[in-house]
Amino acid sequence: MPTYRFSVNGEARSVETRDPAQPLLYVLRNALGLTGTKFGCGEGQCGSCSVLLDGKLALSCQTPVSAVAGRKVTTIEGLGTPEQPHPVQAAFIAEQAAQCGYCANGMMMKSVELLAANPKPTRDEVKAALAGHLCRCGTHDRILRAVARASGRAAT
Amino acid sequence: MSMQLSRRNLLKAGGALVISFALPLPTFAQRADPYSGKSLDVGEVDGFFAVNQDGSVTLFCGKVDLGTGLRIAIPQMAAEELGIAVKHITLIEGDTDLTPNQGPTAGSTGVMRGGVQIRQAAATARVALIRMAAERMGRTPAELTAAEGEVRPKSGGAGIGFGALVGNRHFGLKLDPKAPLKDPASYTIVGRSLQRPDLPAKLTGRHIYMHDFKLPGMLHGRVIRPAAVGAKLLSVDEGSIKSIPGARVVRIGDFLGVLAEDEWDCISAARALQVKWSEAANLVGHQAVRDWMLAGPFEAEQALIKKGDARGALAAATKRVAASYYWPPQSHASMGPSCAVADIRPGKATIWTASQSTHRYVPAFAKILDLPQAAVRLIYLDGSGCYGMNGHEDAAADAALLSRAVDRPVRVQWMREDELGWDPKGPPQLLALEGALAADGSISAWRTEMWLPRATANLPNIPLLSPEAAGIRQVPGIAAGLITQNGDPSYAVPNIDVMVHWMKDAPLRPSNIRAPGKVANMFAVESFADELAALAGADPVEFRLRGLADARGIEVLKRTAALIGWQTRGARSTSGTGRGIAYCHYKHSETYVGMAMEVEVERASGRIRVRRVACAHDCGLVINPDALRAQIEGNILQTLSRALFEEVRFDRSRVTSTTWKSYPILTFPDVPEIRIDLVLRQNLPPLGGGEASSAPVPAALANAVYDACGARLRTAPFSRERVKTAMEKGEYA
Repeated sequence: MPTYRFSVNGEARSVETRDPAQPLLYVLRNALGLTGTKFGCGEGQCGSCSVLLDGKLALSCQTPVSAVAGRKVTTIEGLGTPEQPHPVQAAFIAEQAAQCGYCANGMMMKSVELLAANPKPTRDEVKAALAGHLCRCGTHDRILRAVARASGRAAT
Repeated sequence: MSMQLSRRNLLKAGGALVISFALPLPTFAQRADPYSGKSLDVGEVDGFFAVNQDGSVTLFCGKVDLGTGLRIAIPQMAAEELGIAVKHITLIEGDTDLTPNQGPTAGSTGVMRGGVQIRQAAATARVALIRMAAERMGRTPAELTAAEGEVRPKSGGAGIGFGALVGNRHFGLKLDPKAPLKDPASYTIVGRSLQRPDLPAKLTGRHIYMHDFKLPGMLHGRVIRPAAVGAKLLSVDEGSIKSIPGARVVRIGDFLGVLAEDEWDCISAARALQVKWSEAANLVGHQAVRDWMLAGPFEAEQALIKKGDARGALAAATKRVAASYYWPPQSHASMGPSCAVADIRPGKATIWTASQSTHRYVPAFAKILDLPQAAVRLIYLDGSGCYGMNGHEDAAADAALLSRAVDRPVRVQWMREDELGWDPKGPPQLLALEGALAADGSISAWRTEMWLPRATANLPNIPLLSPEAAGIRQVPGIAAGLITQNGDPSYAVPNIDVMVHWMKDAPLRPSNIRAPGKVANMFAVESFADELAALAGADPVEFRLRGLADARGIEVLKRTAALIGWQTRGARSTSGTGRGIAYCHYKHSETYVGMAMEVEVERASGRIRVRRVACAHDCGLVINPDALRAQIEGNILQTLSRALFEEVRFDRSRVTSTTWKSYPILTFPDVPEIRIDLVLRQNLPPLGGGEASSAPVPAALANAVYDACGARLRTAPFSRERVKTAMEKGEYA
């Protein structure tokens, strides 16, 4: 079976798969036990499966594992822990910016990418950045407040 | 073999390849072995509470947290009434072997029924604990108080901990409906915005959702749904998946599933499997639903409200108006497709599910699996938000049939097209309204006719897909919740008729969806109230206030108007912006909501932009204000999505809106500014917060669109084409 080596949350990992087209999502969730990355649609239309690939947002349901060989993957688990959350995670917790929380992974990964490129985004810029990330519980306003908090900008 | 799971087994299950990462921890439900055999009686304190040796309390709750904050609200109510800190309470939810049957977590009853029941059990327990301590201390109960997990003299001095009083022993007490409750003025826990305990794990990827739960030896399963609703399975070419290692087929009648050790192999096999289905064209198609509803035949016609002589008053009136409103079938559209894990062994079934109704489905699964009810255990785990009965229970049946077939635990997760295609749908609703005005501009007569699918009497549960396909007998029928409520206005009307034409069936398998029936009914009723206000030449807020006598209703309406900056104006809008208002007294007996919106309508495109939403909300006692606000925000945004974008599309054979492109929902750029004003009435009983504020959203939106451009929207969703058509027919054209 083909073997792929890549970095996950700063650690070298090696994964065997029968099918090089297996999406990274299933490798993370099953072979590597990183279930914070969620299956939402498998079609790249909801953002639940977002990870960072070399620091840029990637939809893991659309990314074959073969395409990440030699690259750096960061998942939600790699951002922070309940005890020591990443500033974006801390802001989401402070704003209580999740209801069911199933989609929250994607919102946070996208926000990390956004804030790296644009540390003080406006509310409209955050909305535009998160346009491809769906939430069904209607937590959007809290998520916008959380990103504002993480950026140090007062929520409006 | 025992089906009880030890933590060690769970760690082994998830641990083989997981060395350097945090391991999934079992939820409380799986750690709960010490409590097996406990009371499940809602009439007993032991049904709800166990005091552990260390003085901590385990709380057994039949209602579950669906992302709604119940996981903090219920412990707050219990902690307040018992006299212990929230952090010393462990909550177990929706485990049919451990929690009392408090009914499904539906109808916005989590706090108002479930929480209130638990609060009363806690009050009973507190009285008993104080009595026990009084005997030990040689004091009278009146001299003692329960606080911080111990009973102590009010005058100060050493107390006795709950653990020392009753740790690891049963209370053996009936729940006392008269046990005195604490004075709300003394509350120190209820009424505070404590943070939800599950969010740190949810937001760092550590929380174990239903979708993340694994068992040793578990297989992955997928069910192949027919190409058309009601199609028969003609043939399966098992050779088509022989290149996928370990993939196998399970066929029971028209039920078809595939299994594999590896999830991706399972998905690959489900896609590769060559299957022939019969043709079927049993559906009416989404474009024909409205005519189909009007055409009948009807199973019955039922008068729901009859007061005065509405027909006579309408016939005699000089100022009257009539209009019809239509609400389409909608999907729960959960972000995570439904998922379940089942472990079905001879004589014992354990099913992990995100169902809102674990207790209700025990008899159903007992019948499906031909087991005694006592041998069936359903355990709730958090799923993706469901907002009614989505596919969770169907996925549980999928997993159960597959597990039974192979005598191993099976996990089934639906794919996106399964969820949008096969979740039971919110039913279509059609309403025809007539109203008339008296000389003074008040409403003199009102008629509502509804066309609705009729719930099957005494239906134990909504029949599930896989047993049906497998030829396993279930009680046939349909149900969609209490969908006739709020079909009449909250305003004083001397002559009123409300009646329903009951249809025997629905165009697609229905179920309850958030605020069942009330979203569509209040869309019609509160839009029509606006039509009457326009006929009267009255300001919409003034018109409503004139018809209201209920002081709580008047207050939310006034506060809503103030919050949006409502200004009475005589002239129509010329700027393309407008504001609308709607009022809701949920079920005419529960929560009061005022909802106002400010919108902008692009005349050329028909696009609606919601700029601002203001809501005043009175649900009596508020347990956790921030968690309540989250629910209201969610109700507003989710229902905006339903009103603006959502309609299940289907042809004669199958649902065709099975992706987020064909079933679009609200996205971030659509999100308005939201302001919420909570009316705190801490001395009154708590009412529901999970649904009520969704009901007035569509009417407030439609009324604002009317104000903006003269387009009266009477069919949801409010697509650009519909807005443009309504503008052409509208009063500003």
